[in-house]
Amino acid sequence: MSLSNQDLQKALLRPLGRGRQEFEDLVVVPLIAVVIALLFGMVVMLATGVDIGTIGRAFVALAKGAFGSLNAVSETLTAAIPVVLAGLGLGLGFRAGLFNIGAEGQILMGGLAAVIFGFSFDHLPFAILMPLTLIVAMLVGAAYAAIAGALRALTGAHEVISTIMLNLISYRILDYALRQPFVQKEGRSDPISKSVPDAAQLPKLLDWIDPNLRLHAGLFLMLAMVLFVWWLLFRSKIGFAFRASGENPDAAKYAGMPSGLIIVLAMATAGGLAGLAGGAQVLGVLERASPGFSAGLGFDAIAVALLGRSHPVGILFAGILFGGLEAGGRQMQVDAGVSIDLIGIIQALIVVFIAAPLLVRAIFPWGFRKDGKGAAE
Amino acid sequence: MDVELRGVTKRFGPVVANDKVNLVIRGGEVLGLLGENGAGKSTMMNILSGLYSPDEGEILIDGKPVQFEGPGDGIAAGIGMVHQHFMLVPVFTVAENVVLGVEPTGKFDYLDLKRARAQVRAINDQYGLEVPPDELIEDLPVGIQQRVEILKVLFRKADVLILDEPTAVLTPQEVQDFFGIVRALRDAGKAIVFITHKLHEILEVADRINVLRQGRIVGEGDPKQLNEEQLAEMMVGRPVTFAVSKSPAQPGEDRLTLTGVSMISDRGETALDNVTMTVRSGEVVGIAGVQGNGQTELVEVITGLTRPGRGKVKFDGQDITRASVRARHMAGMAHIPEDRHKSGMVDNFTIAENMVLNSYYDSEFSGPLSIDWPKVHETAARYCVEFDVRTPSVFLRGGSLSGGNQQKMVVARELERQTRLVIASQPTRGVDVGAIEYIHERLIRARDEGDGVLIVSSELDEIMGLSDRILVMFEGRIVAEFDNTGGKADRNAIGLAMAGATTGAMA
Repeated sequence: MSLSNQDLQKALLRPLGRGRQEFEDLVVVPLIAVVIALLFGMVVMLATGVDIGTIGRAFVALAKGAFGSLNAVSETLTAAIPVVLAGLGLGLGFRAGLFNIGAEGQILMGGLAAVIFGFSFDHLPFAILMPLTLIVAMLVGAAYAAIAGALRALTGAHEVISTIMLNLISYRILDYALRQPFVQKEGRSDPISKSVPDAAQLPKLLDWIDPNLRLHAGLFLMLAMVLFVWWLLFRSKIGFAFRASGENPDAAKYAGMPSGLIIVLAMATAGGLAGLAGGAQVLGVLERASPGFSAGLGFDAIAVALLGRSHPVGILFAGILFGGLEAGGRQMQVDAGVSIDLIGIIQALIVVFIAAPLLVRAIFPWGFRKDGKGAAE
Repeated sequence: MDVELRGVTKRFGPVVANDKVNLVIRGGEVLGLLGENGAGKSTMMNILSGLYSPDEGEILIDGKPVQFEGPGDGIAAGIGMVHQHFMLVPVFTVAENVVLGVEPTGKFDYLDLKRARAQVRAINDQYGLEVPPDELIEDLPVGIQQRVEILKVLFRKADVLILDEPTAVLTPQEVQDFFGIVRALRDAGKAIVFITHKLHEILEVADRINVLRQGRIVGEGDPKQLNEEQLAEMMVGRPVTFAVSKSPAQPGEDRLTLTGVSMISDRGETALDNVTMTVRSGEVVGIAGVQGNGQTELVEVITGLTRPGRGKVKFDGQDITRASVRARHMAGMAHIPEDRHKSGMVDNFTIAENMVLNSYYDSEFSGPLSIDWPKVHETAARYCVEFDVRTPSVFLRGGSLSGGNQQKMVVARELERQTRLVIASQPTRGVDVGAIEYIHERLIRARDEGDGVLIVSSELDEIMGLSDRILVMFEGRIVAEFDNTGGKADRNAIGLAMAGATTGAMA
C-alpha cells in the first residue's frame, strides 16, 4: 500500500469500534432487564393469588397511569425530576470510581437548606429568590457530600461506609432542625417546617390547563443538568480526569492528575446534584420539609444511575421509567387492587438484572455479539 | 505423548487468529514457538488447552482425533498450561496451591494435607524442582513461584507442558535455572512447548522451532542451523537490525541531579540509600540491576510519584524534590512507566484519549474548561502514524491493541512533544522485536536532540545496547558505574555488581 501519511491519518479518524458494544451495554441490557423484571412481577402476582384477568388489568392500569393521559405524563415527569437529578450525580460518581450511597442524606440536607433559605428571605422577588434557593440547596448538598470525599482522600475511609453513616446523621439533623422554633411551622407541635414562600417555588407548568397538574419547572432544570453532566463527563477537562480516575486510578496518578482533589470534587459535584434534587422536590412539590421527606428518593436514584449505565441520557430515560412506575403503580392499586409494593419489587428486580448483565446475557443469548473481546489475543 | 494440530483455523469476527495451522508436538522434545505479540500464539495454545474450539481442523492425540469442549478437557487429556501470569493463592502454602481443586481427601471429605505434601515432594524430587512445599507463596521469589505453577500441571499428570512467555518475569540467573528444569522435564519424556518472542532463549533451549506470523506457521527449523537474524526475519517478515546504531554521546549540562536521596518503602525497608547520580543532556544513562533493588522507587522519586525521605532532586538546576507529577511533566519530563497496564494507560479509554492522558489540560488540546476533541483525535492519528501504532482507528479502545502497539502508544504520548528529560522504565517489556527496534531508535533520537535519557531495565542486553553510561543498583544503592562508550563496559563486571559484589569502578 502506498498511502501517504496524510491519508493514513485521515483513515485513522474513522469512527470505528465502540458502537455495537456501547449500544448493547446502554440500551439492550437495560431494556431486557426491565422486561424480565415485569415478567417476574407477573409471577409474583400469580404467586400471591391474583388471577390472570386482574394481572392483565393491572398492567394496563400501570401503562395508563404512567403515560395514558396528560395527568399521567405530568405525574410521571414530576416523579422523574428528583431521581434523575440525584441519579446524574451518582452516575458521575460511579464514573469517577466512587460508590456514593449518600444521595438520600444529600437530598435531605439540600432540601432542608432550601426550605430554611426560602422562608428566611421571603421578601426577595421571585427572579432572585428561586434561583438563589436552588443554588443554596446545591451548595449544601455538595458540602455534605464533600465530607465523605475529604475523608476518603485524606484518610482512605471508604465512601460507601461514610456516606451511609452521613445518611443516618442527616435524618437526625433534619429531625432536630424541624423542632427548632425558627424552622417549625407556627402553631404546630409535630415536626414540620414553615412553608416555602411562593417567590421561592418552582412554577407549575400546566396549571393553566388544570390546577391539579403538578409538573413544575424543575423539568427544565433536569434537562439542563442532563446536558451539563454530559458535557462535564465527555467534554470537559475535569470530567476527563474523573473518568480516568474511575477507570484506572493508578494511571491517573501517573498522568499527574491530583487524585485527592478529584475525589473531593467528584463527590461534591454528585452531592450538588443530589442537593438540587432535594431543592427541586421541596420547591416544586412538597413546599415544606418534614421528617424523611426524601422518602427513599436517594436510593431509587442509585437504581436509576445503574439502569442508566451512568450515562446522562440513560439516566434520563431510566428516571422517566421509574417515574412512570411510580405514577402507574398508584393507578394500578386503584384500578386492579394490586398493592403498590409490587412496584417496589419490580424496581428491585430491575436493579438485580442490571447489576448482573451476564445473567441477562445468559437468559437472552441472542442479540449479543458472541465474543466480548473480539480480536485475537 | 504426541499432539498434533491439523489445519486448525480460528476466527474472531473478521480476524483470522489461526490460519490452517499444522503443528506437531512430540514427547521428549522442546518445541519452541516463536512469534510477535498478536501472531496467534496464545490463540493456538488456548485451542490446545480446550478454552477455544477451532472453527476448522482437528486436534490429534497420539494419532487419534479428540474434541475439547471446555477448559478442563485439555488438562484431562494431559495438556497443561503454565500461564505468564501466575494463578496462585499468595497466602496458601506451595502444597496447598498445588493440590487446589484436586485435593487428596480422606473420610468425610477430610483434606489430607499430609498426603498432599508427600505427593508434592515426590514430584519435586523426580524433576529436581527444589520447591519448599510448606512455604507460603507470598514469601517465595518469582522464579520459585513459577516452578509451583509447573508443579501444579505435573501434579495433574500433564505430559505436554505449554509454557507461555515463561522467562518474562525472571532474572538472568533464574532463566538459566529454569532452562535446566525444562531440560530435565524433556529428558523425562515430557513434551514442552516453549512460547516466547526472545530469540536467544529459543535458540538455547528448543530442539525444534516453529515461527508464527499473522496466524500462519511461516517457518520451521533446527536451532542448530539457525541464527537470530534469520529467526527475526521470519518472525517480523523483514530483515531486522539488532545493534542499536548510535554515534558517541555528546553530553552537555546536567539535566537531572540526585543528591543523597534516601527513602524508606511502605514496608519499612530502606528502598533508596543515599543515591547520588546525574543525567546530562545528550547522554543515555542505564540503570542495571536485578528487579526489586530500588529501581522502581528511584523512578517514583524522579517522576514525583513519591517524595524521598532525605535528599534533593534537581531538574535543569531547579529543585523539584517536592514538585508535583504534572509540574515535572510540564517542565519537559517524559515518563514511560514500567507497567503500562497498571499505570501507563486506561484500557477502556480510546486510543485518542490515552494519547492525551497527561497532556489533555495543555492549551494545545483544551480551552479553559473543555477539551478540543477534534484536535485531540487529529493529533492522536498523527502520533499513530508517526510511531507506527497499528490500529484501524483512534476511536478503538486502548486495551484492544496488542502489547507492542500499546507500548508504542505510551511511548508516542511521552516522546511526541517537547521533552528535556526522558525516564524510560522497562521501555520494551513484553514488546515484539519490530517494536523494540523502533522504541530504541526513538530513545536514541531523543538523546541526539539533546534530551537526557534515563533507562531502567531488567534486560541487561537493553542497558548495554542503549546506554552511554551504566549505573548498577543493589539494595537501594548505586554500587558501580561503568563507561559504556562504544559498548566497552565489561558485562561480567556488571553482572557481578548486580549480584552485590562491591568491586565495581565507582566513579
